[in-house]
Amino acid sequence: MKYVDEYRDPQIAQAVAAEIARKVTRPWVLMEVCGGQTHTLMRYGIDELLPKEVELVHGPGCPVCVTPIEMVDRAIRMASMRQVIFVSYGDMLRVPGSHSDLFQAKADGADVRIAYSPMDAVRIARANPDRQVVFFGVGFETTAPANAMAVWQAKRERLSNFSMLVSHVLVPPAMRLILGSPSNRVQGFIAPGHVCTVMGYSEYAGLVKEFHVPMVVGGFEPLDLLEAIFMLVSQLEEGRAEVENQYARSVNYEGNLAAQRLLLEVFEVSGRKWRGIGEIADSGFRLRPEYQAFDAEYVFDLEDVTAEEPAECVSALVLQGLLKPVDCPEFGRRCTPVAPLGAPMVSAEGACAAYYQYRRHARPQTDGLATMSNAPA
Amino acid sequence: MCLAIPGRVLSVEGDDPAFRAGSVDFCGVRKTINLAFTPEVQPGDFVLVHVGFALTRIDEEEAARTYAYLAQTGALEEEGFAPPFKAGPSAGPRRKAQ
Repeated sequence: MKYVDEYRDPQIAQAVAAEIARKVTRPWVLMEVCGGQTHTLMRYGIDELLPKEVELVHGPGCPVCVTPIEMVDRAIRMASMRQVIFVSYGDMLRVPGSHSDLFQAKADGADVRIAYSPMDAVRIARANPDRQVVFFGVGFETTAPANAMAVWQAKRERLSNFSMLVSHVLVPPAMRLILGSPSNRVQGFIAPGHVCTVMGYSEYAGLVKEFHVPMVVGGFEPLDLLEAIFMLVSQLEEGRAEVENQYARSVNYEGNLAAQRLLLEVFEVSGRKWRGIGEIADSGFRLRPEYQAFDAEYVFDLEDVTAEEPAECVSALVLQGLLKPVDCPEFGRRCTPVAPLGAPMVSAEGACAAYYQYRRHARPQTDGLATMSNAPA
Repeated sequence: MCLAIPGRVLSVEGDDPAFRAGSVDFCGVRKTINLAFTPEVQPGDFVLVHVGFALTRIDEEEAARTYAYLAQTGALEEEGFAPPFKAGPSAGPRRKAQ
């Protein structure tokens, strides 16, 4: 099947890499802001295929990695209440809080359930009217419309035993923080394809204008990313700063307007804490006042649960592209996916976990573009 | 976590736009998917699905290619979308008769 292979064809990949090498005349630092893209870059060894002038750093695009430690503590506090059924995407269960994680809470007897969709949590609430069902609403703009729909539907059904612990974050404010930092090194961004499927890319055009930094909306396959890197390097070498769309197969300028309408019906933009980074203004969503009865923090009064980040985790620097995971003294020593000190080592989409899986040995265990089309299914 | 998986819409139910749902085939695994955000979608269309919601319509080629890619990386199994048979690299959502 021709089109199945063409986005992973090693010869095409080598050709695009050679095009990038021809184009490049000086060093450039590029950042991807999606954990899925980070994983692909490491898995296929794309960073190693690029000319030495092009350096890739990895942004804060893994929702599991940026959910603040106190939200995890609040989740564990609620999950441990006898009347609560705590429902979460599976990725969040192993994220370390201050003292424990949701898996441990479950092992200790808490009713913690993994859901594929937030609508599963609504169904659980309907089926258990005598219990309080709390859903852990994490994620970026890709996931927010689904979580909004769960709250919207619960309100419409007057479900009095459903609430959401909301910890939603937004990509453009994190990019703004990185670009505005005096120590910023990032000169071009690969914007996240599925976030832009929902939101479009008008917001990125604003950032491009403000900071004169090129951005290319990119897909998730190895050749998508190589093509996005080529487009960024071309812009940089030609002195252009524009927003371009490499992932037009899924993304258009406006995004999904129906999803955006529901998002803004249920959520409003608010400041959010990011794990390791701290508070970023206007960087997330909270429920609108009309939906307060569905806000788990309001229902359970958890404001007093606060926490400090462990000092030994340098994830703040990793998530802003200022350090590579392998530069951390604890990487692969005290911090591994089995016993993570910080969240980027937990999720497969976290930069530390991706480096641990594919970069901790001298010759990394990537699928490698030379072999990738033959990789087992 | 922003992973989205392509599937083919087999049927569409519900007149209320907010509760519009469809049976979607992911190469043999069928799931009920919320179509509230893709009001234009009809049976036979291919969609990109994230946490139970279709985010956008995509073309058949894109669906097949993305599905094959996700099968190769093992992402489908992690998300509970592994087909009942072992998918080879060329597996994709079932294609319409040409």
